[in-house]
Formats: sequence, C-alpha cells, structure tokens
Amino acid sequence: MPNQTQPQHPVQRERKKVPFRGGGFKPRPIRFVAPFVFLVLVLFWEFGSQTGFISNLVLPAPSEAFHAFMDLYNSGLLWKHVSTSLYRLVFGWCIGTALGILVGLLIGLFSLARASLLPLTSAFFPIPKIALLPLFIIWFGIGEGSKVATILFGTFFPTVIATYGGVDNVERGLIRMGQSFGMSRFSIVRKIILPGALPAILSGARISASIAIILLVAAEMIGAEYGIGAYVLMAGSLFATDQLIVGVAMLSILGLCVSWLIGRTEKALLNWRG
Amino acid sequence: MQISIENLSHCYGAIDVLSNVNLTFNPGEIAVIIGPSGCGKSTLLRLMGGLEEPCQGAAYIAGQVPEGSLNPLTYIFQDFALLPWRSVAGNISLVLEDHKLSKRESEAIINDVLTRTNLSEFHDALPRQLSGGMKQRVAIARALAVRPAFLLMDEPLSALDSQTRELLMDDLVELWAREKFSACYVTHNLGEAVRLGHKVIVLSRRPGQVRDVVEIRIPLEERRERSAELEDVQQQLWQMMREEALAADRELADA
Ligand SMILES: Nc1ncnc2c1ncn2[C@@H]1O[C@H](COP(=O)(O)OP(=O)(O)O)[C@@H](O)[C@H]1O
Ligand SMILES: [Mg+2]
Repeated sequence: MPNQTQPQHPVQRERKKVPFRGGGFKPRPIRFVAPFVFLVLVLFWEFGSQTGFISNLVLPAPSEAFHAFMDLYNSGLLWKHVSTSLYRLVFGWCIGTALGILVGLLIGLFSLARASLLPLTSAFFPIPKIALLPLFIIWFGIGEGSKVATILFGTFFPTVIATYGGVDNVERGLIRMGQSFGMSRFSIVRKIILPGALPAILSGARISASIAIILLVAAEMIGAEYGIGAYVLMAGSLFATDQLIVGVAMLSILGLCVSWLIGRTEKALLNWRG
Repeated sequence: MQISIENLSHCYGAIDVLSNVNLTFNPGEIAVIIGPSGCGKSTLLRLMGGLEEPCQGAAYIAGQVPEGSLNPLTYIFQDFALLPWRSVAGNISLVLEDHKLSKRESEAIINDVLTRTNLSEFHDALPRQLSGGMKQRVAIARALAVRPAFLLMDEPLSALDSQTRELLMDDLVELWAREKFSACYVTHNLGEAVRLGHKVIVLSRRPGQVRDVVEIRIPLEERRERSAELEDVQQQLWQMMREEALAADRELADA
C-alpha cells in the first residue's frame, strides 16, 4: 500500500472486555440426579412418618408399603397379578397399534380412505373408552375380551392419528425421487414412506402406551379377579392404603419400563437421525 | 436416443407456466436450460421425465433406448433426495432393488459407480455424515447406477457453496469426457451454463417460452483455460436474461 495520510487513531488504554451474553436455553442431561431426588423424597417421607409429622392415616410410611409388598410376594399372588395385567396390556396394545398403523397408512395414502375414515377417527378419538366399557362387556364378555378390547380401542385411535400425520410429513421430494427411478408403489410405501413415518409412529407409541396403562387399570376395576387394577381396587375398598401404594408403585414402574423399552427401540431404529 | 418436446404448454390452475415450448435434446450432449426463477424450468424438467402430465403437447422419446438401461430418464435433484436412514451403498441399492438383479450383480454395480465417482471409502457412511458436495456425488453415483440414457438435472449445484460447486463442475466435466453422457441441465447460474453446456436454452419469464438457443462450440475440457471467450458468451446470455429477470422480479406473486 502506498503511504497514505490517514488520520491516526491513538490506541486507547482504557478498555473493557466485551460482556458475554450468549449461552443457556440448552438443558444437558445430568446423570444420577433423578435417582437422588427420588431417594431424598422417600427418605423425607419415611422420616416424616416416623416422627409423626405425616400421619399414618394420611399416608402410610414407605416401610409399611414395603411390608405390604413382601406380603403380596410371599402370598404368591404378585406374579399372578402382574402377568395377568401384562398379558392384557401387551395383547391389546399390539393389536391396537398394528391396526392403527394399517388404518393410518390407508388414510395417509388413499383419498377415499382419508375422506371416509378420517372423520370417523376424529369422532371416535375423544370418546373416553372407559365410558364404552359396559358396551364392550356386552359385546366381548366380562372376561378377558372386554378388557383387551378397551385397551385395543384406546391405543388404536392415537396410533392412526400419529401414523397418518407421519405419512403426511414424509418429504415429497423423496417420494418423487422413488417415482423418478421407476420404483413400484409398494416399494415406495415400504422403503420410503414407512421408514419416513417411523419417528412419528414411535412417538405415537409412547402416548398410546401410557393411555393403555390408564385403560388397563380402569378396565380391571370392573369385574376382574386378578391384575394390578383389581389389586388396587381391592386395596382401595378396604382402605388398605399401604397396599394401594404398592399397586400404584407397580403401575408407575410398569410405565417406566414401557417408556424405557420404547426409548431403546427409538435408539435402535432411528440411529440415522444422529 | 433423442428427446423432443413438441408444442408443450402447462398451467397450474389459472397460472400459465410454460407456453408452446419446442425443443430437441440430442444424445451425447449437455443442454443447459436457464431462465429467471419461477419461469417453469423445474416444471419443464418434470414434464420431460414423466413426473407430471402436460396440459397441452407432449414430450417424446425417439430412437432406441440403449440396451441395459434400467431407467432411461434419470433425475438428479437440487436437494439430493437421499434417504437419511440408508447408507451410501443402501441409497444406491434402493434404486436397483426393483430390477430383479442378483445380489452379486447389484453389489458389482454399486462398487463400480462408487469407484467412478471416487466414493468407495464412503460405502457405509450415512447421509448426515457427508458434506453437501459428497451428498450430491452420491446422488450422481445413484443416477449412474441405473445406466441412464438421459440425465435430468434440476439445479444440482444450487444448494452448494461456490468452492464445492467449482469442484463438482470439474467432476462433471471429467465424467462427461469419460462417458459422454446426455443431459438436460437446469440452472439459474450463468457461470455453470457456460462451463457445462454444449447449448444453452434461454427461457423467458413466466409463462416460459424459448427465447433463444445459444450453441457454445468450445470443448468442455478446454473451457477452464479459455475463460475469456466464455466471458463474452456469458455477457451475451446475461443481456438476454437481465430484462426478463428484472421484470420477473417486479411481478406480484398472486397477481
Ligand atoms: N405443483 C404446483 N402447483 C402450483 N403451482 C406450481 C407448482 N409447481 C410450480 N408452480 C408454479 O409454477 C411456476 C414455475 O415453477 P418452477 O418450474 O418451479 O420454476 P423454476 O424452477 O424455473 O424456478 C412458479 O410460479 C410456481 O409457483
Ligand atoms: Mg426450480
């Protein structure tokens, strides 16, 4: 550069660091916090019960609930209750989800199916399926049928809605790509649309699984001999609050297990999302 | 094989997008289509490849489809259109799976096209691990796998930054020098047009009509060196495009 006569700015000694104002808004996972909070809560509860700060009438101590659990275990009925419930849950949820994915795909793919089935789905989805339980009992009998049917219907509609929403959101560009390479319609559905809708279907499965557990308990409260819901109902009618807590805790653990399983499935099937 | 477009017009509802287009595309030649944005370039390409039906006129294929071509008219898209849940090899295998090839045959094809596009080491990579330029190379490899007679390329470099674009242009020139593929290449970038086109078709603003066809006789391989001569052609094209682009820019979207 040629020597230009520029006005010289003197370097100023008086200076401040530019204040930092970014960061935040991005929660990170921290390990061991959740179990710690849980432990503190239970300890506080036990301590409160021991000192009489929490009356036994209001809430039984965790140790009492644990005794009730051991009683249940020793009576040999624990597995009976749990397995009966699990059977109903798995059976109802699997069939409801499978049918839901099928109907959701039909709604997502075909105009006629969309025009006819979507209004029906929207009409049936908000009905609390518990309200239909008496009807299900008449249709499917007081035994397993009505309970499985309640769960089936309860999981069917949210799955339909999640699936057809997922199909709608599959990038049109990918479908056009499939067509441009002369892929058959069936191949496009199986290799492009289904995997593309899978994230939505799995988050639908998360919701339908919680709905299934809620309906399971409701259905088992009517005319069931075994099952976690029956156990809770019996405990409630006897005001055996310690057993009630055991039942509720089992439901909560069941919910955690289901959510963990779906999380694993998501990790395995959606690892391409990174 | 030759593609000809005869008296082709297209409209979306009340909007005329293309009006009375007549063009021929010859084998072994890269024909570039340029025009202001929204003039119907992508629409024209979709009509040529049979992804949409024209309102009037038609696109025709003349002559014999080359033997062994699995998908004569094959697209390369601006947004790559790779399945994010399939690896590089899986994305290529996707377009072979409907063609009743044995596992060995399709593996041989995949390895062959990956070698030809210098992608062999990315065989098992997922699309999210690749840069934009690499993704488009995979899309080119996928297109080559079905042995196309005509490549239909819709702004294949427009989603890339300018350095990557230069690199990929060199790749395409090299590929053409080796394989003499036929292509219809849509772009709004005049630099790409004069580097890659044997002839440049200039469309007017919407409704798109053929305004002019400019032949560039300089061989593709020499164009990097002879950029001064290309500059003249580019200026000439820009003069044609300028008023169209200016007018297109001032149009109301819903008028
Ligand atoms: N599927 C469609 N439905 C309605 N209008 C469309 C559709 N596709 C394109 N158009 C309209 O047609 C015109 C040309 O679009 P396009 O071919 O994508 O232009 P280009 O690729 O030259 O930018 C635009 O005005 C666009 O809004
Ligand atoms: Mg376009």
